[in-house]
Amino acid sequence: MSPVAERQVVKENAMWLQKELINRNYRELATARETGRKVSATFVPGNLNELLMCFDFARSLPETNALQNGLRKKSGKLIMDAERDGQSEDVCTYVKADLGMMLGGEVGPTGEALPRPDVLLLSYTGCFTFMKWFELIRHRYGCETVMLHVPYQGEGKVSPGMRDYVVKQLRETVIPALERISGKRFDIDRLREYMRESQKAEDDLVAVLQSAKHRPSPIDGYFGAVYYIGPIFTAFRGLPEASEYYRVLRAEVDERIREGKGPVTPDGDMGEEKYRLVVEGPPNWTSFRDFWKMFYDEGAVVVASTYSKVGGVYDFGFRHDADHPLESLAEYCLGCYTNLNLPSRIDMICRYIDEYQADGLLINSIKSCNSFSAGQLLILREVEQRTGRPAAFIETDLVDPRYFSAANVKNRLESYFQMVRQKRSAQVH
Amino acid sequence: MRCFVGIDLGSTTTKAVVIDEDRRVLGRGITNSRSNYDTAAAVAKQEALVNGRFCLFREALAGSGALGGALDAFLAELERAFRLEQYLEQLADLEQTCLRNADAGRFGERARAVAEALGAVFARLREGAPALFAAGARRKSDFFRDIAGSQYLAVGETVAREAGIAYDSLLNVFDRSIIEVENRVYEGSIRGHLLAALERTFAALPGTALQRAAVEAPIRGVLDAELEETYVVGTGYGRARLPFSKEHIRSEILCHGLGAHVMYPDTATVLDIGGQDTKAIQVDRAGIVESFQMNDRCAAGCGRYLGYIADEMNMGLHELGPLAMQSTRTVRINSTCTVFAGAELRDRLALGERREDIIAGLHRAIVLRAMSILARSGGVRDQFTFTGGVAKNEAAVKALRDLVAENYGTVTLNIDPDSIYTGALGGATFAWRAVVEEGRTAEARP
Repeated sequence: MSPVAERQVVKENAMWLQKELINRNYRELATARETGRKVSATFVPGNLNELLMCFDFARSLPETNALQNGLRKKSGKLIMDAERDGQSEDVCTYVKADLGMMLGGEVGPTGEALPRPDVLLLSYTGCFTFMKWFELIRHRYGCETVMLHVPYQGEGKVSPGMRDYVVKQLRETVIPALERISGKRFDIDRLREYMRESQKAEDDLVAVLQSAKHRPSPIDGYFGAVYYIGPIFTAFRGLPEASEYYRVLRAEVDERIREGKGPVTPDGDMGEEKYRLVVEGPPNWTSFRDFWKMFYDEGAVVVASTYSKVGGVYDFGFRHDADHPLESLAEYCLGCYTNLNLPSRIDMICRYIDEYQADGLLINSIKSCNSFSAGQLLILREVEQRTGRPAAFIETDLVDPRYFSAANVKNRLESYFQMVRQKRSAQVH
Repeated sequence: MRCFVGIDLGSTTTKAVVIDEDRRVLGRGITNSRSNYDTAAAVAKQEALVNGRFCLFREALAGSGALGGALDAFLAELERAFRLEQYLEQLADLEQTCLRNADAGRFGERARAVAEALGAVFARLREGAPALFAAGARRKSDFFRDIAGSQYLAVGETVAREAGIAYDSLLNVFDRSIIEVENRVYEGSIRGHLLAALERTFAALPGTALQRAAVEAPIRGVLDAELEETYVVGTGYGRARLPFSKEHIRSEILCHGLGAHVMYPDTATVLDIGGQDTKAIQVDRAGIVESFQMNDRCAAGCGRYLGYIADEMNMGLHELGPLAMQSTRTVRINSTCTVFAGAELRDRLALGERREDIIAGLHRAIVLRAMSILARSGGVRDQFTFTGGVAKNEAAVKALRDLVAENYGTVTLNIDPDSIYTGALGGATFAWRAVVEEGRTAEARP
């Protein structure tokens, strides 16, 4: 598709930059064999991108591949292929979309073939399915798997022991394995260099996400934020290009604040901001634009979301620290949203509702994701009680188009918006 | 007088409620939703306004004291006569439409025979019409499509045989025509029908004819009074099809919550089990929704489940509840999947379980599903109001009562005989609030 044709959808400049980044990465993956590069695959939450870059790996992220296939309406077929191959209906649809892609010869979202990975780096953070997922890939391709065990924040905090345990694994297991597979020596100064870049991008990302505290919010902290977190949570954190992306993005957002504008939606600038929401849970990707439209058509903007912290939580102060590289990698893994216990998630949501002056909480529960779904009703109840703001619950799926019922979702959303409005006017009287 | 109208466009039926300035329910109307929500909304509203006129007749006649103790019988006769007039008009329309649809283009040389057969069918239908609306007559449904359809099918078969034409030809013409006819709104003829019905009533009840003047004056007074549609609020799945703007549309969650509150002001929790939705709603003291949960992704355990069971058992939907009430030992059935229900049912029958025990088990299963949605919404609080089509089913009510007592202790369970109108009542109340409390005026309609 030519860029001219795509321009029908309104995008910010930063979004074009991001598109280039993503396409370039898929091209790097597609040509990895020709260029003699080794290929790694790893998951988003708490990923070790800076470390992988130290060994010159071309970097693939199966979750991102699945969601890109979802956005491009390719996942439905892939999932059915995986089911025909024996995967049950209840299996995570990211996994099935990925397996379906493998069965179809690893043709990636951009149409270019993705190479078989040389290493599967599993930094396990809160999702059991990740382990099973890589077991399936390993079974199929016989590639090497490196596992980093990240302890769950059961007590709601990272103890020095937990951090040391992760650092020890990095030193003794992960780094030696990556050296062996890549044939490259580990250079800690190179890691520090990447981390300095990461930090710049992280500062700008936090400023962008927190811009939603303004009224009207210049961004959508969920539908917009899933684009904003793209580079930093995937293969680009630590690269100057990513820092540049966030610099441009931040400047754009600052400009919108100055102009008093709301978020950019696929249909252009959003109209009057009527509702400010906090959202918990991943979005639906297969009907992403229809889903988003149900919000902006009603004047609803998401001011903060937990999903935009799924790769790592920066807004409470964490930054990659070039002076303590391995320790900060450990803390990054330990601190990502999926590794937080329920009380911490509840605290975070309540804090967002307060700091972003939100009208309430909306939970998008994912049919095939046990990891996110467990405890969501408890979160809902507790947040309602603590903040006194109304909460609502909708159900969709990540990339299985069969589980997006537009009429039902719209019905619940409209009911929720009206409920918020009704409660608001009741408070005035 | 100023009237406030709520319209609830459901998947099966469309309901309307009209209230007056004092928030008193004047009238209720219901019609099948057809595939055309515009017509369904117009017809339901018209029915509610007619029902409202009857309410006003009663008041006016009671006020004048003209009929004394004969008032109830008179009004009942008047309403039956009015329905007959309405039916005859639609029947005439159906006949004309059928004749148009039975032209030579479709039937070739058989067209003449088909037209003659149609003439014979409709002559018999007209003849049989008064009996359908006589005192004590039982009708399976009050919707024109159902009444005329069942008569047409019965008479058509005989006529086709006698005329030596294929019964299918008549069926084909009917199917084509009924859709056209049921999508017409006969708004202009209400007044005429009421006056004609009045004459029929005087004839049927000669005693009342003696007081013709004293009876006619208040009725004409009511007929001359304008029922102004001051504000209309729509709700339900078809709401986006309503011919007015967003300001006039409320979600059915809010409408059900408010409607239940209006019916029972102490309502704290509302359960609505409709054809394809189960909703659990928590409301505050003012009827404002605090939280809600609905079935998602899957309509297991909704009213349609019972409809499916009834079809499988070859029974009427309304017969299920009474059968289940005869159960002495409820069979445990866990699956609430509508599609699996048939298999579950046959399996239990094959095991030798009694029909009433299985049906009781199926009722319990759908209530179990509702219990889970209730729990998600925050549980059952006192008072608890149950609405929707399933609230009319005594076996479902019994299962609900038992499970609520088991899980939440004693709470007051409210079920209004007009609970099918809960959403529309909520809508009408929103319309009233918009004008009386918020000072809004209705916008000009396109």
